Amino acid sequence: MRLVAPETVTFTESGFCPGCGHGLAVRLIAEVMEEMGLSEKLLTIVDVACGSLNIDSWRFDTIMAAHGRPIATAVGVKKVRPENPVMAYIGDGAAYSIGLAETMHTALRNDNVVTVVINNSLYGMTGGQCAPTSLPGQITTSTPRGKDTKKAGMPFRVEEAFTGFDIAYLARGSMADARGMIQSKKYLQKAFEKHMNGEGFCLVELLSACPTNLNITPVKSVERIKNDMIPYFPLGEFKDKKEEE
Amino acid sequence: MAKVLLKGNEALAEAALAAGCRFYSGYPITPQTEILEYLSWRMEDVGGEFIQAESELAGINMVLGAAAAGARALTTSSGPGFSLKQEGISYLVAADLPAVIVDVMRIGTGLGDISQGQGDYWQLTRGGGHGDYRTLVLAPDSVQENADMMAEAFDLAEKYRHPVLIASDAAIGQMIEAVEIPEFIEHDIDKFDWTIKGCKKGTEQRKIQNIYYTHPDYETYLADKYAEMEEQEQRYENIQVEDAELVLVAYGISSRVCREAVEAARAEGLKLGLIRPVTLWPFPVKAFEEAKAAKAFLTVEMNILGQMVDDVKLATCGKYPVDHYGSIFEIPEYDGIIEKAKEMLKKGEV
Amino acid sequence: MGKEKTEKVYFNPVRCKGCGYCINACPKETISVSDHVNAKGYNTIVVDEEKCIVCGTCYRVCPDYVFEIR
Repeated sequence: MRLVAPETVTFTESGFCPGCGHGLAVRLIAEVMEEMGLSEKLLTIVDVACGSLNIDSWRFDTIMAAHGRPIATAVGVKKVRPENPVMAYIGDGAAYSIGLAETMHTALRNDNVVTVVINNSLYGMTGGQCAPTSLPGQITTSTPRGKDTKKAGMPFRVEEAFTGFDIAYLARGSMADARGMIQSKKYLQKAFEKHMNGEGFCLVELLSACPTNLNITPVKSVERIKNDMIPYFPLGEFKDKKEEE
Repeated sequence: MAKVLLKGNEALAEAALAAGCRFYSGYPITPQTEILEYLSWRMEDVGGEFIQAESELAGINMVLGAAAAGARALTTSSGPGFSLKQEGISYLVAADLPAVIVDVMRIGTGLGDISQGQGDYWQLTRGGGHGDYRTLVLAPDSVQENADMMAEAFDLAEKYRHPVLIASDAAIGQMIEAVEIPEFIEHDIDKFDWTIKGCKKGTEQRKIQNIYYTHPDYETYLADKYAEMEEQEQRYENIQVEDAELVLVAYGISSRVCREAVEAARAEGLKLGLIRPVTLWPFPVKAFEEAKAAKAFLTVEMNILGQMVDDVKLATCGKYPVDHYGSIFEIPEYDGIIEKAKEMLKKGEV
Repeated sequence: MGKEKTEKVYFNPVRCKGCGYCINACPKETISVSDHVNAKGYNTIVVDEEKCIVCGTCYRVCPDYVFEIR
């Protein structure tokens, strides 16, 4: 067993906070690309939020798109360069709030792009505000008395909203422990395989830690994923078009 | 190529393909919708990509992706929809990306109305989105120019790595005229090294983002870029300006009436001239050097506030009276323009 | 006869941000906080290689690519 992170992500140190989940997701993507022989072909589109730091922490040609628009931008890229793998890498705020229209319509058209959504249940870059994925009662800087679901709704669950679409793949993994990482990597791998087969829209959501904005230690932050997030965000594959057929 | 009868919007769409455009994403809005409808089938014929986007926001951000990937990418809209595109235009500018955006102008604020107008001069020429920027703006006055300006717009966009806007309007978009579509040219998406195509090991990663983050001297770079555009790209047409006592300033559909006004006024001994800005930004300041006999300037625009008046005052250093003859919903009549010109000259005791 | 362990764990404290994920996740409790403070100002970690079973858990949970198994 040889485990060495690919050079596409180790050439520099990332600017993420201690314990941030982005570093984990980035490594998984880089590993999948290396194993599939796609490292020199991947085109990525990041959002302007914390994930934007990836433009400097991975060595893939990258666009930093407007907030919430990376999936639309990815569609433009893929149409022009259909041979290349194209991935939009965004947070839950971008995918499910400001960019929900873009996410849904890309799914509706079943455009052949991979979307990786990092779900940390809050807005990270702006300092920890309430997101559509925030848990009931969650203290954030914009819900200092706890998220009131009567006002802000229940956490957004992509599997409930998107399984009706005729898309290629939909899965949710956890980055809270080694087992979750192994499983999440399998989901990413499957998404990219389907993408390269031209099967259509693939979305992989990864539950991620944000100790800084939750104001807890990194270790407590991953425990929170297991104890508090997974009950609202069940793990697994929710759409796998080929298997259904 | 032989002349054909085409609607302005359709001529523009066909000319975009001739210019090598192979990516379009837009959203329906009157009076530009024929561009979208035409490209919905015609783009496929030439092997390009057409997307009817879910919104103008998605449309412009798809264009951003296509441009970054190396395509000649186009989106089109009108008034309210053009406002929604401003986010993406600002991002295109920030990331040094070439693209062409067409505003088939209509009339009014808010929803306004779908009828003919020139309501967006300020938005087009001031950089309609956030931040400090300007974009090159070409203003066609005919179906033929709608066609001719497409290749020029893409060339300029690539030359400066900057979005270029085309300020068409409802009248030009909807009218049918004889037009010669330019020859088709091939565009190579790998023409430039900076476009994203995949990072080979040991080579430099391509990053499409605000150049503020990456350019070693972005302040000087930007200052020089804008200065060069201002110096090099002023385009205009002067009609009997040299001896004109009063000079009309008009672009697009309004300029066509002004041509008539100049002719009719001169037939009765009144020396009118016309400066037609072909670029709205950079504003053709150089055109005004020829107006040696001018005593006053009159802009003719299809809006209420006279959006171009400020630019004419700046171009003439505030030395002359500048007024505005405006109309909404209807294209101005030439005799009304002449009457207004006479009034101005009388007021100035000339 | 059991297969001989040929790989071992390598770690690069320069990259460490002291999050403690590896300490938390290691099934053999071979990783602990060290006295060493790296250039970024983080207390880094130390691995007791004697106890290490080279399972790769530390590699998998580390967001900063401190570990390598080779």
